Parts: sequence; structure tokens; C-alpha cells
Amino acid sequence: MEIKVLGPGCPKCEQTEKHVREAIQEAGVDVTVTKVKDVMDIAKHGVFMTPAVVVDGEVKAVGKVPSKDEIKSWIQK
Amino acid sequence: MVMAQDCCAPDGNVMILACSGGSNVGQLANQAAVELTQEGFGKMFCLGGIGGHLSGFVQSARDVAQMVAVDGCDVGCASAILRHSEVPLQNYLVVTDLGIEKNKDFNLKPSDIKRVKDAVREVAVNGTAKTQQGQLPTQGCSCCG
Repeated sequence: MEIKVLGPGCPKCEQTEKHVREAIQEAGVDVTVTKVKDVMDIAKHGVFMTPAVVVDGEVKAVGKVPSKDEIKSWIQK
Repeated sequence: MVMAQDCCAPDGNVMILACSGGSNVGQLANQAAVELTQEGFGKMFCLGGIGGHLSGFVQSARDVAQMVAVDGCDVGCASAILRHSEVPLQNYLVVTDLGIEKNKDFNLKPSDIKRVKDAVREVAVNGTAKTQQGQLPTQGCSCCG
């Protein structure tokens, strides 16, 4: 499983990445996390604003910091 | 298009989703969206991406705090696209409801463009949400904190 955190770098983007990493650790799931900072790369995902979270190619959240519980719901089968 | 300075965009970033259909009113909706974006009132976004079920566009529309959807006429293509993608219809207007008659004349009148722009601003500010029939929607929210 791969999670991408989209965001050029700001408090909300940093918080989003932190929540993602903590959620993964708490869930005990094997997930690769990639931070996408390049504006052009972010634009390819078609998001209206950042931060945004992509799980296995599917955008799950845009313009907000998802909670750890929300993130866990995306990664736990 | 996401720009670095728009990271963590503040509240009030209005998403504008406009019809761009093959008539004067479809193009009025589109042109109003273009000019409002250029003027700094909201941002035009990709209705086509939502219609194509591309997750970035769909989730953006679902998560955005405020949007205005603009259809050219009561065929309601923009509304149908949003409904099909389960995007709550927040604020909605139809250009023909403003008294502008639908035709195939693509020489858009500046006065008509202004009327549509003013209507979009009013709908965004007043927070009213209407279905095609002018009724309040039965689902979705008209106000997101």
C-alpha cells in the first residue's frame, strides 16, 4: 500500500503527514509514505487545494487534515 | 491548478463549477467563471474531471467548504454530474433563470456576463442552495464551517 501526502510545505501539510505516519504505526500496516511537494506533481492529482492524501492512487481527502481514525479507516481492510 | 501560495488555502476559497455547453448560456456560465477567477472571486474548477470520476476532482468537490455550480439551462448538466458523483449541491444557479434566453449566438453580451457574475456572487454570499426546480436540496450541506 502506498500513501502520498500532497503539499508544498506548511503547518497543515506537516500535520497531515504526521497523522498519516502515526496512524500507520498504530494500525500496524505496511505502508509506504511519500511526500509530494512539487507543485506540478501535485497538480497531476487534480486536487483543488492542499494538503491532500492519496491512498493507492485514490484521493481520499482534500484541503483538510484528516484525523488518525479517518486515515486508519482507509488503510485497514 | 495548485500553487505553493495556495497551500492550506484559507476559508472563503469558493470553488466555481460551470457548465460550458454548446449554447450562449453554457458559454456565459463558463465565461463568468473565468472572469470571476481572474478577479479573485473564487476559483474555476474542472467539472469534466468530476464527470470523469477522477478521484482528485471528485474528492475536492466533496471536501470543499464552499462552491457554486452554474448551469446554462435547465437541462442541468452540471447538476447531474455532481449528483452522479455524489457531490453535495451547495449553491446552484441556472443562467436561463436570470431571464437570459438560450440560443446559439456565441457573441456573448458583456451585460449578460456581468449578470451571471453578479448572480454567482450573490448565491455564494447568501449561501442559498437550490435544485433545478428552485427547491432546497434534500441532502448535502449549504454551509460548511
